[in-house]
Amino acid sequence: MITTKDLTKVYRSRGRDVLALDSVDLHVQEGEVFGVVGTSGAGKSTLIRCVNLLERPTSGTVTVDGVELTALSGSEQRAGRELREARRRIGMVFQHFNLLSSRTVQQNVELPLEIIGLDRHDRRRKAAELLDLVGLADKAGSYPGQLSGGQKQRVGIARALAGDPKVLLSDEATSALDPETTRSILQLLRDLNQQLGLTVLLITHEMDVIKSVCDSAALMRGGKVVESGRLTDLLADGHSRIARDLFPLGDFGSGQADRTVLEITFQGDAPAQPFVSQLARTYQIDINILGAAVETIAGRLVGRMRVELPGSHTDNVVPIGYLRQQGLQVDVLDLSNGVAA
Amino acid sequence: MTWERMQELMWPATWETLGMVGIAGLATLVIGLPLGLLLVLTDKGGLLQNVAVNRVLGVIVNVGRSIPFIILIVAVIPFTKLFTGTSLGWQAATVPLAIGAIPFFARLVETALREVDGGLIEALKAMGAGTGAIVRKTLLPESLPSLVSAVTTTLIALIGYSTMAGVVGGGGLGDLAVRYGYQRFETAFMWVIVAELVIIVTVLQLLGDLTARRLSRRGDYRSPLSLFRPRKAAKAAPRAEKTEAVEEDLVSSP
Ligand SMILES: Nc1ncnc2c1ncn2[C@@H]1O[C@H](COP(=O)(O)OP(=O)(O)OP(=O)(O)O)[C@@H](O)[C@H]1O
Ligand SMILES: [Mg+2]
Repeated sequence: MITTKDLTKVYRSRGRDVLALDSVDLHVQEGEVFGVVGTSGAGKSTLIRCVNLLERPTSGTVTVDGVELTALSGSEQRAGRELREARRRIGMVFQHFNLLSSRTVQQNVELPLEIIGLDRHDRRRKAAELLDLVGLADKAGSYPGQLSGGQKQRVGIARALAGDPKVLLSDEATSALDPETTRSILQLLRDLNQQLGLTVLLITHEMDVIKSVCDSAALMRGGKVVESGRLTDLLADGHSRIARDLFPLGDFGSGQADRTVLEITFQGDAPAQPFVSQLARTYQIDINILGAAVETIAGRLVGRMRVELPGSHTDNVVPIGYLRQQGLQVDVLDLSNGVAA
Repeated sequence: MTWERMQELMWPATWETLGMVGIAGLATLVIGLPLGLLLVLTDKGGLLQNVAVNRVLGVIVNVGRSIPFIILIVAVIPFTKLFTGTSLGWQAATVPLAIGAIPFFARLVETALREVDGGLIEALKAMGAGTGAIVRKTLLPESLPSLVSAVTTTLIALIGYSTMAGVVGGGGLGDLAVRYGYQRFETAFMWVIVAELVIIVTVLQLLGDLTARRLSRRGDYRSPLSLFRPRKAAKAAPRAEKTEAVEEDLVSSP
């Protein structure tokens, strides 16, 4: 649904070049919620702003719903007609809502429809429908100044949906909200994704957001996408940074040569088997549980457990093989530097 | 001088002043607003970015603003004749008045428009709006309270300038005050005229503030003048409570 190829953006400020995007290839499938994480300055905002060409990439292409936007005419300040029409099919929500204070909630939602050129009657009907969808039907006549942050963002979402977009872009839409409100807004995005088949590309710096609503995720660092994929695949990959951040099990003590530390990840039905006690019984070993967490990610139950077995890695080849046989994913941690070996 | 005689002289002069200020004000609005808009739009990063045009406009406005009004009146006499067919009378004074006020007002408009949050323009762009729609739907409506304040300030400045119109026989209240009060030592009459000017300026300012405040009440815009009106703050409090109640509703709903 959204594809970027070799997307590069260089900012030129006071003679100094800043490489904000460094040949980014992103692929967001139709109907999925795709999250982009990364530290401040990683280029996340630049990436999402390049998707609807609010920012002109220096090179590379952006294709949304089969239309190559980068091929359409226009400068950074002024978009050509075709690009403006394409943008009407891409909704965008903002961290600071960006609602017009001079207009009521209803009129704010009608704004994109006025730009499309819909007549008054249809605008009213559509806006009422959308406000109902986001649960703000009773606030139609209020002004943004009279709403709470969460309500403002709901208006922002209703407005973004006015043009019946297939794609919704969201740059830190919940960063200005408290945890409770964040959850309700994320739930709304998830519902819209499922009810309307909306493809959502969202930017966040909170791993919790990825955990609760995303199907796929990408990690950015220094203008590059260093990792991306479906969460279920990333979790099955012992080397995934995203998976590790989704499941922070904390630090473990300094290495002892006669100990083996394993990280066991299970998805779906796997935890139904009492594998720890089975392992202990079958091989007569004492298992020390160092940490464990169970979460629902992308709608699936996922757990991760860190255990310690007596003896070195070579002593434990057989028990590890047994665990893998049970359909569990087992990573042996290298105690000296804390990464999966 | 009797009160009757004073009134006899003051009425026509009042109309002359209002006529000059009204017509010059209208011309200033019609020309100054687009000029201020262009200053913003053609600036670097603006919607119609054009550095050359922006430079030229900036220079014109700065030159216009730095010429003393009294010199402007004399300097534009030939131009005035072309426009109004005469170089005398209050009609003639409208031309230098407008020329003096246009750059002043354009700068005020520029400042007002720059206050509009760039995020709103971004949001409109993302909706697929063109430059015209962005100006009509965001820039102007969102800055309307500030624009009304700018009009008020400009009209009051015009009243001040209009007192110098006597130079071209423009008449008006200022001219009257100088001719009678200063040159013929009718000090009492001069003070009556000054009082009338004070009343006109005060009424204008109050009307302007009231309109600006009504327009901005909906949003979170607060006129700096509202600081001096404690009554208003007390009124705003119940609304804040209502917002909290609403938030609770939202949390309890699924
Ligand atoms: N208009 C600009 N001019 C110059 N440099 C810019 C501009 N916008 C962004 N940058 C630079 O590009 C890099 C990426 O910025 P970007 O805003 O995309 O980061 P981000 O990942 O969104 O960060 P954050 O999490 O803080 O929002 C930064 O180094 C930033 O300084
Ligand atoms: Mg950002």
